[in-house]
Amino acid sequence: MRASCHCIAALAAVLCPALMFAGTISGKVTYTGTPVKQKPIDMSKEPSCAQQHPTPITTETIVTGANNTLGNVVVYISAGADDANAPSQTVTFTQKGCQYIPHVIALHTGQELQVSNADQTSHNIHPLAKVNREWNKSQPPGSPAIQEKFDQPEFISVKCNIHPWMHGWFAVLKTNHYSITGDSGGFSLPNLPPGKYTVTAWHEDYGTQTQDVTITGNETKSIDFSFKAKAY
Amino acid sequence: MSEASAHAAQHAAPTGFIRKYVFSLDHKIIGLQYYGLALVAVVIGMVLSWLMRIHLIAPNWPIPGLQFLSKVGAPGGVMTPEYYLSLMTMHGTLMVFFVLTNAPFAAFGNYFLPIQIGAEDMAFPRFNMMSFWTTFVAFCILISAFFVGDGPPLSGWTAYAPLSAVGADSGPGQGLGQTLWGLSIFVFCIASLLGSLNFIATTLDLRTKGMTLARMPICTWAWFITACISLLAFAVLLPACLLLVLDRVGGTSFFIPSGLNISDHLQPHQGGSPLLWQHLFWFFGHPEVYIAILPAIGIVSHILINSMRKPMLSQKVIIYCMMSIGFLSYMVWGHHMFLSGMNPFSALVFSFPTLMITIPATIMTLIWLGSLYGSNLRINTASLFCLGFISMFVSGGVSGFFLAQPSIDIYLHATYFVVGHFHMVMGVAAIFAVFAGTYFWFPKMTGRMMNETLGRLHFWLTFIGTYCIFMPFHYLGLAGNVRRYSAFTDDFLVPLLPVHKFITYSALFTGAVQLIFLFNLIYSRFKGTPATANPWEATSLEWSTPSSPPPFDNFGGVHPVVYHDPYQYGVKSSTADYLMQTSPERAGETP
Amino acid sequence: MGGKIFAVLVIVIAIASAVPIITHTFLGASVTPPQDISTHGAEIDKQLDETMIEAGLSFLAAQLLLGVFVWQFGGRKAGPLKNFPGGSKYLVLAALLLVGAEAIALGAMGTKAWAKVYFQPASADALPIQAQAGQFAFYFRYAGPDGKFGAIHPEKIDEGNSNFFGLDPENDIPARDDITSGELVIPVNKEIHLMMHAKDVGHSFYVRELRIQQDFVPGLDLSLHFTATKVGRYEIVCTQLCGLGHYNMKAYLNVMSQDDFDKWLKAQSS
Repeated sequence: MRASCHCIAALAAVLCPALMFAGTISGKVTYTGTPVKQKPIDMSKEPSCAQQHPTPITTETIVTGANNTLGNVVVYISAGADDANAPSQTVTFTQKGCQYIPHVIALHTGQELQVSNADQTSHNIHPLAKVNREWNKSQPPGSPAIQEKFDQPEFISVKCNIHPWMHGWFAVLKTNHYSITGDSGGFSLPNLPPGKYTVTAWHEDYGTQTQDVTITGNETKSIDFSFKAKAY
Repeated sequence: MSEASAHAAQHAAPTGFIRKYVFSLDHKIIGLQYYGLALVAVVIGMVLSWLMRIHLIAPNWPIPGLQFLSKVGAPGGVMTPEYYLSLMTMHGTLMVFFVLTNAPFAAFGNYFLPIQIGAEDMAFPRFNMMSFWTTFVAFCILISAFFVGDGPPLSGWTAYAPLSAVGADSGPGQGLGQTLWGLSIFVFCIASLLGSLNFIATTLDLRTKGMTLARMPICTWAWFITACISLLAFAVLLPACLLLVLDRVGGTSFFIPSGLNISDHLQPHQGGSPLLWQHLFWFFGHPEVYIAILPAIGIVSHILINSMRKPMLSQKVIIYCMMSIGFLSYMVWGHHMFLSGMNPFSALVFSFPTLMITIPATIMTLIWLGSLYGSNLRINTASLFCLGFISMFVSGGVSGFFLAQPSIDIYLHATYFVVGHFHMVMGVAAIFAVFAGTYFWFPKMTGRMMNETLGRLHFWLTFIGTYCIFMPFHYLGLAGNVRRYSAFTDDFLVPLLPVHKFITYSALFTGAVQLIFLFNLIYSRFKGTPATANPWEATSLEWSTPSSPPPFDNFGGVHPVVYHDPYQYGVKSSTADYLMQTSPERAGETP
Repeated sequence: MGGKIFAVLVIVIAIASAVPIITHTFLGASVTPPQDISTHGAEIDKQLDETMIEAGLSFLAAQLLLGVFVWQFGGRKAGPLKNFPGGSKYLVLAALLLVGAEAIALGAMGTKAWAKVYFQPASADALPIQAQAGQFAFYFRYAGPDGKFGAIHPEKIDEGNSNFFGLDPENDIPARDDITSGELVIPVNKEIHLMMHAKDVGHSFYVRELRIQQDFVPGLDLSLHFTATKVGRYEIVCTQLCGLGHYNMKAYLNVMSQDDFDKWLKAQSS
């Protein structure tokens, strides 16, 4: 009897380390140098959208915060974690004011993406996939949300064929451990069982960086990424 | 022509259902097959135009059921901008090729040209059968574009490069759909060329005894002249389509220059010229519109002479006018390209013959009008559609006068003014001629009359309806309303929406009216009043066949002998006020 | 009976068709060209008016004749036949002379209007602006203080980053001060030399008020020149079918006073 209790406990400990040990990798992404000034977007060809931005919005390639923090960086576990299954929740991507909200989304391969149009004008969403199937679909106002999935991991640039300034990104990953930095640059990857991990930080313009991190127990490991700003 | 060649071309009586009605060598069956194909095409084309017109006045309104035609093109029934353009492309392609080239020319021409010259059949009956079935294959290839991947192409029936030439990058529908379009038209060209060869050989070689060229009815002349124009025109479109398909799938660059960045995809092509496509296309495209209208002119003139009980003031002049229009039609293609970036001097060069084409068109119109004077014009559905044709031809023709001038074209190019012009002068006018021909020749083709009351109702409502649809297009054009837009969102277009609503309601109404015609056609085929042998008291050879419909060899083994031209109306004869071409009687004094 | 109905109908339709042309309105909408703000448009408008009068009169005359003859001779009890006086001879002559003269006169008149737009190159002190048409927007480029346009690199086009022309400011010095704008902003009463570049497929440039229209052809260096005479905001629309967004492809032409334009240009540079 006592032996079987011990067996069960040991089995549980081996099989469910997450119950007992789960670490976190977190940190900040910053930049050095002077980023290019973001340009204001001229939406005059689409008055229904231009009206929504009395002060024109700017391009979102470089989003920064105080203390040189960098936003819209996708930080994720690129090696060391199980290739988890796609979660059942839908990831949403909205077209509003002729802008993609949010600018960058991350989703798992096979996870359902839902694109909706909140504007009075038609949009044509065109993910420029090179590995996945490239498609584009028009979405008139009042038509149903578009539902799609991507099978392969890829960073996909997304454009609207009708409104050339619209730009966004789909980070299709084969992990659920990802975090996208806000303009304060912070990211957090919790629920990591002990192991050796490779953490990748991807920025649409400044490129990709990796760091290796080992988690042994419940600790929070702090790492930072620093990208070099480009002059042009 | 020789008796020997006349016999050699003919064939034995067909036996069995397939040989009689499907793979028939009989020009009459083939003519009916072309007519049937044109009827299917015009119904599809018309439904497409309804969908387009509904979308234009309510772009975000779901059209119930449309999502079953295309889930991608109309999600939730709401037509996407690209699907509108795809429907527009298919509308134009179906109407110009499969309706306007088929019905007045291939359908009626095939049926009546051999009979009107006294022949047993076309010169090459097997070629003739192949022509129709090749056309049918072309039709199937075109329609299949609705059901492939991204749907039908969206570059218009004019398929300008590079939009049509680069492939899927340039937009939805520009993948397989556009390639199928190119293949379909390529096959259609082959069918047309075969048909034209047949018409020409038949007219020159198989005329019966006494049937000199001068004694051929005016519609036979029109079919013959059209076949000559057709030969050169389709011979140019054929390789053009091949080159287009090669650019798309063969890695060539006939029409695509270097340095194109389409939707973030750099195109690998270099060295080609988009203008080359425009030249090739319009070198075909302009004669094509005359291929559509000349048979209509012939049919209308033929029926009018019979209805007026009096020849035209001069048939010869009309025939010379048709010939000169055919000749001039090859010199004007650049008027579609005034603003295309060609050397601006060329615009003046093309403008001159374009303005000159007005002359034969005006001469014909004045001859029609002048011939009506002093005639005993019988009013029936067929003659009403002929009169409607004259009215439409005038209305559509005068707007051409504006477009022929490059300086005015600067403002009116690519506006609804152009769309109004060609719909009236080519679309509606030719369809009126087809209606006239149908009502007129129905007794000969079926042995029954069409219902006259329904026919008149069809005419009045269609005449008013088509004016209500297409006259306002000119007003829109003067306001600068751009064409080929799937929605009118620009500041200057929004105030024009009431005009568009008026047009859409007129179009839906006029479309519904055509059900009267369809019903009349089908009902009369089976239950129509039996017709006499020559219900219109007409002179030409088709009315002297031993039965209606004529036997398989048209004249029951007898070769007719012709004694007159087909214009012996208003003459004193033993029967009435006309003399048939086969009657050896000589005309008395004009009563 | 049917003949008389047709006669009345065709004349009513002809007159009804002419009314909106004369009143310039149909169902409450204005259906006439808008005000002309160009230096060459007066000749085009005159050409249009002349043609409208001649075409309009021909149209009305033909439909009227058709109506009158069908009224007189349509469906009547069969009587003696008559021929139009002179037969076909005078009609042919009339068509040849009248239409021929009309065509030659209008053709000659129109040559002048056409020449003004197309036969003269832009004057040496015209303001050069580059216009790029691409699916589905127009963008315009000014040379900036150095007066030179940077080179276009199609492979460097990055619309999400506002690099619509594919400029390479890092390596190409003239490109650094180029000003890109989504509106065509121009000073009034100053000749503009618009250099037209097609990024992907065929497009066209059309401003109704300027009485100007010209295709963008991929692979060809085309240009237009014009002078706007009235301050205001006008629409530039694409008139060459270019894909799904063709209906939505437009930009505003913003005509400003010279002072306002100079201020605007300066503000763009900063």
